[in-house]
Amino acid sequence: MADSQPNAPQSLYAAHEPVFPRKVYGKFRNLKWVIMAVTLGIYYLTPWIRWDRGPSLPDQAVLLDLAERRFFFFWIEIWPHEFYFVAGLLVMAGLGLFLFTSALGRVWCGYACPQTVWTDLFILVERWIEGDRNARLRLHRQKKWDVRKVRLRVTKWLAWLLIAVATGGAWVFYFTDAPTLLIDLFALDAHPIAYTTIAVLTGTTFFFGGFAREQICIYACPWPRIQAAMMDEDTLTVGYREWRGEPRKNSEEVRAGAAQGDCIDCMACVNVCPVGIDIRDGQQMECITCALCIDACDDVMAKIGKPRGLIDYMALTDEARERSGELPKPVWQHIFRPRTILYTVLWSAVGFGLVFALFMRSNIDLTVAPVRNPTYVTLSSGEIRNIYEVRLRNMKNDASRFKFSVKGDPTLVITLEGTPYTSVEVAPDEMRLQRVYVTAPPNSAPARAESTDIRIWVEDTGSGTRDFKDTVFNGRGQ
Amino acid sequence: MAKKPKQDKQEVSTTGHTWDGIEEFDNPLPRWWLWVFYATIVWGIWYVIAYPAWPLVNGATAGYKGWSTRGQLEERMTEADAANAEINAKLASAELTEIPDDPELNAYAVSAGGAVFRTWCAQCHGSGAAGVQAGGYPNLLDDDWLWGGTLDDIHYTIANGIRNDEDPDARWSQMPAFGDILDSESIDRVVNYVMSFSGEPRDAAAASAGEEIFLNNCAACHGDAGGGDIYQGAPNLADAIWLYGGEYETIRETVTNARFGIMPPMGGADLSEAETRAVAVYVHQLGGGM
Repeated sequence: MADSQPNAPQSLYAAHEPVFPRKVYGKFRNLKWVIMAVTLGIYYLTPWIRWDRGPSLPDQAVLLDLAERRFFFFWIEIWPHEFYFVAGLLVMAGLGLFLFTSALGRVWCGYACPQTVWTDLFILVERWIEGDRNARLRLHRQKKWDVRKVRLRVTKWLAWLLIAVATGGAWVFYFTDAPTLLIDLFALDAHPIAYTTIAVLTGTTFFFGGFAREQICIYACPWPRIQAAMMDEDTLTVGYREWRGEPRKNSEEVRAGAAQGDCIDCMACVNVCPVGIDIRDGQQMECITCALCIDACDDVMAKIGKPRGLIDYMALTDEARERSGELPKPVWQHIFRPRTILYTVLWSAVGFGLVFALFMRSNIDLTVAPVRNPTYVTLSSGEIRNIYEVRLRNMKNDASRFKFSVKGDPTLVITLEGTPYTSVEVAPDEMRLQRVYVTAPPNSAPARAESTDIRIWVEDTGSGTRDFKDTVFNGRGQ
Repeated sequence: MAKKPKQDKQEVSTTGHTWDGIEEFDNPLPRWWLWVFYATIVWGIWYVIAYPAWPLVNGATAGYKGWSTRGQLEERMTEADAANAEINAKLASAELTEIPDDPELNAYAVSAGGAVFRTWCAQCHGSGAAGVQAGGYPNLLDDDWLWGGTLDDIHYTIANGIRNDEDPDARWSQMPAFGDILDSESIDRVVNYVMSFSGEPRDAAAASAGEEIFLNNCAACHGDAGGGDIYQGAPNLADAIWLYGGEYETIRETVTNARFGIMPPMGGADLSEAETRAVAVYVHQLGGGM
């Protein structure tokens, strides 16, 4: 590197500067604690919720059964051919992200993103063990690894590792029966994939939450780049009322005798920032809008007897209005705009569509594949037979008997391979492949015709649920 | 804590290249990228030593791991055979006629038999098992069987074949070439008579004259009413199905020169007992099984 830059002797690499966020109190911090408790609670506890589905199915409320290719979600059971439900949920998640971002900026990043939640948890643990910002800074700068530093660091890493193992451990419970797997994990009987998954997730959690932290948001995550396209001048983001705060204390203007603004340059907003930026420089890509600087500044403003909100949620349009002495728009006007209403409508439309599809779906699923090689078979009696391969899914919890019938021409007769009856039993939650024969008498219309449109019906003899598929019957064509 | 110093772009030197006043910064490569790049070089050297890499005249260098796609295939085939060993043993020892009653064994037999069929049988009988009439390869989807359509019959035919010299237990029968026995007019009459079993003869007068010739020459194997005999492999002449075709010329050719369709024995050298059973079960469930 140095050869190409003879005039730049010092290294151009800037080492990462660790961030040591200070403890902060306030309404946004409290909101973040609540959200952290709720999201972590959902993550860790969900696999342990039981849901009785009868003897042949798992009793775990939320289960991604990869081996059996089923997704269980409380009373809903999704089969692979119904994967469009998952696609629909992803579309909803996307639209939801658009909605929240256009209304509230990077509210996902600041409050609910796993990277933020786990980093917050890791910083909390770090603060318990090593102390607040100043103590941690001192420990960081202390070159000598004395007993105290080693003890603190090892304790912290062990605590992090414990959280990381629990995080990776909870993940695998979503994929198989949680109580059984827990016992197997401790008995060293679990599948190697379970251990590998836990190991990988433990490693990533430990590294991302303990060391990478804000660098994931700044360098690895695409969302900060995309947000620029999702936000507009009415989006609420965290901002600094520069026209009220400047010139700040200690600035050259103030030293030269200018009247001081509200900012006393106490650096509270910088010290609490988990991504290590100065919000007073304006909106910037690194900011995850966690609002901790708002809490920190409000605290200081209260102490010096100034109104709160020097740093606050605001939109770009508010800045112009406030600078010209007007009042900012009320919050609801920022949130209820044509754009956000459109997103809400789209989001609800997909949601209603999915719910509708969920209630309308039949618990029989039928596919009929006519055998085309050959198109028909002549029997010794001269009858013409067509063969169909029928896949029949019984998506119920108990075995059902399904009766076949054919419509299209009164002379057609339906028979099944392997049974003299026209009905077959399909085990609960199973798919059955059945060869079905439709036979036409020697000189009947369908036997002579090139092809005849027919409809194969399947009826669940227990519940009376019916389903059909349209197909064709091929004749001799003469 | 002091504000971070803003990086002044002017401190970074440029490459000296200018396009329309746009200069290119000479920033160093990101360190992580550089290390990944070095790591790929190391990995590349290891790969060349470990795996087949350099093309030579008679193939590539083998690599110290001795890996090859053929070896990998062989390994996987061995694995698959080992995984199926248990069910294959069960298939080979089960009572043949009871296989369809065991859902698990039946599903395996149909699936495995389908694969065997497409490998060993499809050349003559077609991938859809519909046979080829022009070659006299029987359709296996219909209910007409030359040598019987029960599971045992089908299995015997598959294992031992028909009219072959390799297997002493092969099914065997032969129709005489009546061109040497009957005169042309008698052949014409008997052909017309045979056609009248299942449809319209070409010449009704000849057909009625052919009855006696049929009873004297053909009925011994094909039966008085032309119903055939599965114990001798004599085809049913009265149904709607023709092995070689039901036109006058085709039947006349059959009567004059006879036919001699051969099927090789599949049991023994080619297929294991489990495989012959599997393909018998597969053929039996195609639609014609008795």
